[in-house]
Amino acid sequence: MIDKKPIISLRNITKSYITGSAECQALKGISLEVYKGEFVAIMGPSGSGKSTTMHIIGALDTPTSGTYTLNNKNISAYSEDQLAEIRNQEIGFVFQAFNLLPRTTVLDNVIRPMMYGRVPQNEQTERAFECLRLVHLEDKASNLSNHISGGQIQRVAIARAIVMDPSMILADEPTGNLDSKTSHEIMTFLQDLNKKGRTIIVITHESDIAAFANRIILLKDGLIISDKENNRFIAKK
Amino acid sequence: MNYVQIIRSAIRALRGNILRTILTMLGIIIGIASVILIISLGQGASSSITSQVSSLGANLIFIVPGKQIPGRPPSASNSLKYADMLALADKTRMPDLGDVSAQVTTQAEVVTNGQNKNASILGISATYANINSLEMNQGEFISPEDESGYSRVAVLGPDVVADLFGEDAHPIGETITIKSRSFRIIGVTKAKGSVGFTNPDETVYVPATTAMKVFLGQDSVQAILAQATDAKKVDETQEQIIAFLLDQHKITDPVLADFTVRNSKDALSIVNNVTGLLTGMLAGIAAISLVVGGIGIMNIMLVTVTERTKEIGLLKAIGAKRKDILMQFLIESIVLTVSGGIVGIILGISLSFLATRFLPIPFVLQPSAILLAVGVSTIVGVVFGIYPARRAAKLSPIDALRYE
Repeated sequence: MIDKKPIISLRNITKSYITGSAECQALKGISLEVYKGEFVAIMGPSGSGKSTTMHIIGALDTPTSGTYTLNNKNISAYSEDQLAEIRNQEIGFVFQAFNLLPRTTVLDNVIRPMMYGRVPQNEQTERAFECLRLVHLEDKASNLSNHISGGQIQRVAIARAIVMDPSMILADEPTGNLDSKTSHEIMTFLQDLNKKGRTIIVITHESDIAAFANRIILLKDGLIISDKENNRFIAKK
Repeated sequence: MNYVQIIRSAIRALRGNILRTILTMLGIIIGIASVILIISLGQGASSSITSQVSSLGANLIFIVPGKQIPGRPPSASNSLKYADMLALADKTRMPDLGDVSAQVTTQAEVVTNGQNKNASILGISATYANINSLEMNQGEFISPEDESGYSRVAVLGPDVVADLFGEDAHPIGETITIKSRSFRIIGVTKAKGSVGFTNPDETVYVPATTAMKVFLGQDSVQAILAQATDAKKVDETQEQIIAFLLDQHKITDPVLADFTVRNSKDALSIVNNVTGLLTGMLAGIAAISLVVGGIGIMNIMLVTVTERTKEIGLLKAIGAKRKDILMQFLIESIVLTVSGGIVGIILGISLSFLATRFLPIPFVLQPSAILLAVGVSTIVGVVFGIYPARRAAKLSPIDALRYE
């Protein structure tokens, strides 16, 4: 099930921010590879560089040095609009908060990436419904995004994340705003998608969330301090 | 991204904060409504004057004494004689001219039975009624015999009759006194309403010959009115008159002519120039309010961009390019100004329709004014929306996502 060729390959990635006169190095040289079908959790305390790693893997930001190869494309030096296209085609995002457009229906939220991705308009609604069905929300399609629960919002975000059939789903603290029961539910959804062959990367600081993944990468002070298989599969309990 | 989808999402965003949207639109609504109102009233006034002037007939030619240089006040002169009028009226010499009338005016107190009224006294030829399409309500108009015989007869406008004798009076045969000379009333004209700056209903008509002799003591006239027989040949006829009068006055160089010939077309273009200038000036002032409205839009759009920073971050994360964000906010401001413009057009049309009920001008609605208003409100949307939209488009996705 795991491919030989990595979809994500980070080589000596560094990222520095200049705040005033001081330069702050958030990433000090990170190298990692993610293969198709993997479920990776990136963990670390705040300030460890996990958000910066998420931004770079998510093509939201470019590294100061090092190369990032996504699906055989070196996107380290892509322009902003090229990165936008990569995000649209290759990456499905699930954020902690502010996942959905306000005043907009669930259906239109799921349709959005297809509007930017030049999907023919007559296919858009059908594809959106297909993805909503996967997260059991097809009956909420015409609800406004501010009229559904927090767990439902995350499920809509998952539906939107897969609607462009991306190479990976990148979830940044997807359960950060949820109670533990709903968190469990959301993680089970992600796990199911992973079992269907989707590559998933979750950024989290909670170990019981990371426990859903089959590989856990630990960051500290801008460096990877451990990267190993996850032995305790919660799904088996 | 599809424009219908962008417009739909723009309308959704604008409806999300409906009070703010309406308040922002108000600037555009007032601006467009006042431009429409002013243009519509201006054109109404202009068309009303035009129809009044052309009711005089397109073939009417005025001859006034003195050389009139454009931009200078007309020089008073007594170079135009009654004899010139008689010569022009001679069909054997001027076959292309129809009716010709002399005209002298004076302002005087008209007295009868202790009643008096200040009226304009118009000394004219018998042909005047025909030239000006004056119709008689009672009695007869001044006859050629009255004119040649220096008769002391007068024809009154209906308002003069009402003031001196009361409404519905029959003053034929009564006597009025003008400048201590008595005149016998031989006719009353039908009510006509004011034409340009004169009101025939407030006028007392007497034979030009009588007026010249008893009131002015001169043999010169203030104007000669002439009708070209063919309305299409007015310009040619005008040239003939000039040549004829130059010959009559023994002037060889046309530059030295001591009279001026104009036709009603010339008079019309002067009137239209004036109303056009006035309308343009007022519309310009109204346009300033559009600029103010536009600045209000820019202000609100900047606030909106700041408020929706996280939304912009999210849209960029799921694949919106700079152009997509730019278009979204630009279209939002265009939707704002165009819908304000449409409301403004409706308001402006209703107001000008209402105003024309109470003003003596017709309701004129030119499609070009509406097109102009829609065009202008679109331009205002683009001009004042582009800066906020560019600000939104330039946001970096992570800064936008992180924004609190």
